[in-house]
Amino acid sequence: MSNILNEIGIENYIFLSVILFSIGVCGVLYRRNAIIVFMSIEIMLNAVNLLFVAFSTYHQDPQGQIFVFFSMAVAAAEVAVGLAILVSIFKNMGTISIDKLKNLKG
Amino acid sequence: MSTVLIIFCVLGAITLSTAFLTVFSRNPIHSALYLVICFFSIAGHYLLLNSQFLAIVHVIVYSGAIMILFLFTIMLMNLNEKKEVHRPRITRLGAIVAFSLICIVLILIFINSKPIVGEYTSTGQDYQSIKVLGKVLLNEYMVPFEFASVLLLVAMIGAVLLSKKEKIEK
Repeated sequence: MSNILNEIGIENYIFLSVILFSIGVCGVLYRRNAIIVFMSIEIMLNAVNLLFVAFSTYHQDPQGQIFVFFSMAVAAAEVAVGLAILVSIFKNMGTISIDKLKNLKG
Repeated sequence: MSTVLIIFCVLGAITLSTAFLTVFSRNPIHSALYLVICFFSIAGHYLLLNSQFLAIVHVIVYSGAIMILFLFTIMLMNLNEKKEVHRPRITRLGAIVAFSLICIVLILIFINSKPIVGEYTSTGQDYQSIKVLGKVLLNEYMVPFEFASVLLLVAMIGAVLLSKKEKIEK
């Protein structure tokens, strides 16, 4: 298993991550439900994490995996606070559609 | 085709299709369940790349904690398909055009940078076991590690404060 990237190729991982990231971008632009927008952000973060691990294997360097570790910690904190904000928005306004949230409109 | 390549293709197909279904399924609970499968297949990719530590952490953090939070919130809000508002056609068109453009631009960038990406050579040294990762994490990245713990504490306190019931004013 040591020459895994010789069999698969780093390009395949790059293409997989790019398509996954683009699906996340598409979800953020396409859906109006704030929870699904959050899920799309998680997909984008995961695409970047996958690329970090692939390049960490490519360069045989542990630092890429350390960055993935920190990105997971930040993602967990973001989801906890973001979902709490969504719950309080839902309690106050009765909806989480991002079309209806126009209180901060200039 | 070797076995590893077949496993990679199957895992990649599962990842992409479940991510696609997450974005485009109408019911939020179905989206969350598809996202669980997507996260498990990404953990499979980590195992394929021989980084067991990250695979375990990924399963615990994403498939465990974050998905529980998502499902809990969805069930708390009692969302269903009827509450999904109608989208104007220009929004869908814009999203699909943006998806294709980002895909094409990023893939072209990486194809043009291919001369830099050379042949992969394995030196056989140990660089991704938990032992090595722990040494790097607690020697070179000690300060960010502590800041991550402070960040998680602050996020926890913030979530509790935000979702606390407000006092009724008299």
